[in-house]
Amino acid sequence: MPYQKPVNDMKLEFESRSSNEAFARSAVAAFLTPLDPNCEELADIRTAVSEAVTNCIVHAYRDCLGPIYIHVKIYEGGRVVIRVKDKGCGIADVKRAMEPLFTTCETEERSGLGFSIMQSFMDKLRVRSELGAGTVVTLEKSIVSKGR
Amino acid sequence: MPVRISADGRTLTARLSGEIDHHTAGELRQEIDLAVERTWPEYLVLDFNGVTFMDSSGIGLVMGRLRLMKELSGEIMIANASKQIKKVMKFAGLEKLLTTKTPEEMEV
Repeated sequence: MPYQKPVNDMKLEFESRSSNEAFARSAVAAFLTPLDPNCEELADIRTAVSEAVTNCIVHAYRDCLGPIYIHVKIYEGGRVVIRVKDKGCGIADVKRAMEPLFTTCETEERSGLGFSIMQSFMDKLRVRSELGAGTVVTLEKSIVSKGR
Repeated sequence: MPVRISADGRTLTARLSGEIDHHTAGELRQEIDLAVERTWPEYLVLDFNGVTFMDSSGIGLVMGRLRLMKELSGEIMIANASKQIKKVMKFAGLEKLLTTKTPEEMEV
């Protein structure tokens, strides 16, 4: 795809406290309001962002606090790209981590469906990870509703 | 309190409210399990009427309570789920727990 300049751009940085899960999904949803998404599109994005941020808190920074970075770009035609980045422990086997029901956290009733939900509720999901350096999750969805 | 719990005969109803995520699920789990262990109900109804958002932490919450009720030879039902919540439930294969009936009506 040729280079495309985003029509709007937003960056967030916050600590990996579980109370920030609601803040993160609400902030992204609020930023996308001018695109006039319908209820389902907005719910899908809120859910996917919640899953990505929860992964940072539960897995990347399992025994510590660290920064979580969210970068959202809106492109012409309502294409939204959301990047959720951490500097945590990284994922040893990304392919395995993305399998439905796979989880490394047995103590907290994690369903192991986080990545599957991101994949299913968004148009695209990309995961890059390096052990000891962190993980970048990129979510993409086109808001195609009303007036377009 | 994000959950109000009431016991009526053999049914325990947990009325959940707000947003269910990893941050809120732990407290809900504790409250519900404590009430279940105390009253030993045959039916556990999770009423999602006041719930405005749920991610996969809610799936974990439902699956954990399903397991607990099975251990007690009881049943679990999910009532008043919104469109978004139904979508997440269906994704996890939990749609069989969605109901519009009360436990009494189920027995007829």
